[in-house]
Amino acid sequence: MINPEYLPLIFAALTALAVLVYAILDGYDLGVGILLPMDNLNHRNKMIASIGPFWDANETWLVLAVGLVLIAFPTAHNIILKALYLPATIMLIGLILRGVAFDFRAKAAEGSRLLWDRLFKLGSIIASTSQGYMLGMYVMGFDDSWMAYGFAILSALGVTMAYVMIGAAWLIMKTEGELQANAIQWAKWAGRICFVGIIAVCTVNPFINEYVFERWFNPPWMYLYLMIPFLSFSLVFLHDRVVARLPLENDRGSWLPFLITIVVFICCFSGLALSFYPYIVLGQVTIWEAASAPESLMFILWGAIVVIPCIAAYTFFSYRVFWGKVTDLHYY
Amino acid sequence: MADVLMLSRIQFAANISFHILFPTITIALCWFLFYFKLRYDFTGHPVWMRIYRFWVKIFALTFALGVVSGITMSFQFGTNWPGFMEKVGNIAGPLLGYEVLTAFFLEATFLGIMLFGIRRVPSWLHTLSTLIVAIGTSLSAFWILALNSWMQTPQGHEMIDGVAHAKDWLAIIFNPSFPYRFSHMLLASLLTCCFLIAGISAYRLLKGDDKKAPTLALRTAMYVCAVAAPLQVFVGDLHGLNTFEHQPQKVAAMEGVWETEKGAPLLLFAIPDEDNRTNHLEIAIPKMASLILTHDPNGEIRGLNEFEGEHPPVAPVFFGFRIMVGLGMLMLLTGWTATYLQVRNKDYPSWLLKGLVGMTFVGWIATLAGWYVTEIGRQPYLVSGILKTADAVTDIAPANVGLTLAIYCTVYGLLLIAYIRTVFLMAQRAVEIEEYDKTELPGYAPGEQALEPQEAKA
Repeated sequence: MINPEYLPLIFAALTALAVLVYAILDGYDLGVGILLPMDNLNHRNKMIASIGPFWDANETWLVLAVGLVLIAFPTAHNIILKALYLPATIMLIGLILRGVAFDFRAKAAEGSRLLWDRLFKLGSIIASTSQGYMLGMYVMGFDDSWMAYGFAILSALGVTMAYVMIGAAWLIMKTEGELQANAIQWAKWAGRICFVGIIAVCTVNPFINEYVFERWFNPPWMYLYLMIPFLSFSLVFLHDRVVARLPLENDRGSWLPFLITIVVFICCFSGLALSFYPYIVLGQVTIWEAASAPESLMFILWGAIVVIPCIAAYTFFSYRVFWGKVTDLHYY
Repeated sequence: MADVLMLSRIQFAANISFHILFPTITIALCWFLFYFKLRYDFTGHPVWMRIYRFWVKIFALTFALGVVSGITMSFQFGTNWPGFMEKVGNIAGPLLGYEVLTAFFLEATFLGIMLFGIRRVPSWLHTLSTLIVAIGTSLSAFWILALNSWMQTPQGHEMIDGVAHAKDWLAIIFNPSFPYRFSHMLLASLLTCCFLIAGISAYRLLKGDDKKAPTLALRTAMYVCAVAAPLQVFVGDLHGLNTFEHQPQKVAAMEGVWETEKGAPLLLFAIPDEDNRTNHLEIAIPKMASLILTHDPNGEIRGLNEFEGEHPPVAPVFFGFRIMVGLGMLMLLTGWTATYLQVRNKDYPSWLLKGLVGMTFVGWIATLAGWYVTEIGRQPYLVSGILKTADAVTDIAPANVGLTLAIYCTVYGLLLIAYIRTVFLMAQRAVEIEEYDKTELPGYAPGEQALEPQEAKA
């Protein structure tokens, strides 16, 4: 039996995992959406085909993440979504636009395809920037100051660039020829901008956020915390070097940028999560204070223990089925 | 606060009304697709594959709209109804959680294989994926209706310091109204699909599509309707009796009964007047309401005046109920007429085809009307006897709620128009481009069959 005292910790870990998986998975398909070139229909078709079988399941991780906060930490869910009411709505509109544009573009009249593609791109941009903005406000504890808003805007740009980076890496892996060459250029520039972005966030955040400052610059934990940005810098640098050598013969190493970017995501995310623990709303509510009743958490935990490995298994299976370079999508 | 309450209620109603349109189609359409694919696997007849291919595209579009509008729903609880999770989050949370874990991932992942994987996996695996998606959509209906039914007829919990705690999960899930509401909704979905398939197929026939696929799809849909419609009347009646037992004030509003009376008449039409607590312009069948609800012409029905201050607004529940039942009867009549013609081996007259085109989305209206009856009928409570709607609402500035409401309504309105137009456009395109296969037509003389492009490739 699991000790009920550990339940908030277990659910915090599960939630963090769901958010991380969401950022990686929907990150690459949002990134692909942002990168859509409006002057090349063939490339747009290929790019959208590369995410076609996956985007639906990817967005489900957002529902799971929001759902887990709602189930396990209802108090935090209320505080967070009340504070982020407008940006959350704008993000939802963005997600709605891109989700429907994906299907309408293939089925509506030929003449309106460009319109739906524009909406797909616009929706991807709106969703990414508002997610970054929300993350920034969340990190700042929903502070109502120009510094907080400034940081949130920085974060909006940073998250969007991170999504572009992972989206470009996905395309390097899934496409070939001219489109792959373009993706390599996109990945190069996105990686460099992300490098600057990570430096900016790491320098700005501890100085405008006292709590994070104490966390980061207090031995002995300091060494662990400072490892994370250092590791991120090295990885982004490595990414840049790898991308500079691509494409190689027989498409060797085309999966490397994607793998490296995933590790960068994991680093940045764990840095963030560790700076927060045990708070779920910075400086206001800890995971212990916000947790729901243990009998409810226990009931859902047993389900999660059984179901999550199944989800992982069939998600893996689905990626296996659509392994390799992308071909045009056919609905049959 | 009243402003925020009303705006939040309208916003939630707008979101959930828009959302439910699409699952109502996908829940049953996927079972239809599974049937089409199975027929193809067993008969090897390409017409079934063609029906599958046409409808899977509409399924994909509908599913996408369901997913994106569903994401919005997961945010609405926290943004507009914080009191809901504070009070009953221990019950609602896990039920929603199980929906995400057991249903959403299942359907979303296998949907990818179902839509795009047919050339990458063996045919049986593709059929299995279709079945899994169908199970997923139905499972998701199972969990969300368990939660909704619990809000109507809560049991299996105890209140500790004003917060609901779970005592018996089986009692919570299988609460008194759940079996009825679940089967009522599944049948509603089936009927909605029957008329969607029939309407679009009839549209194709009227546009001069002389291929076998639309006729076959239309006939399948009408056979299903002929069985599902009377079954729905039966289940609806059971659901009504269950409501009469557990939520008498809702039934009183549905029937427009103000004073408790024995031998209450069935009102075919009336205009309820809540200010004077009476009805105008009544057209009634004597003793019929008592007969239906108590199976005794002189049975007692408790009137709204017994629940003053604790009963729902009467007019929307009263009219919503009549719209739902009226459309249900129309569907029954249509289904039986069509089946009669089919059994007699007669062609559909063009007035029937036109009627079916007009009824393409009739299931939506009936389903929404039904949901308005049951949801408005629960007012003023959000969770019967536990939480009033007014106590759950957010304290966000009304201007913000109004602004987001306006954005949602605009986007939803445009999307709905785009959806309906696209569905008809796809039908039009199927008339024009989908290949003829003359072998499928009666009276075909062998030897003139043209090789089909996609069969040639495969």
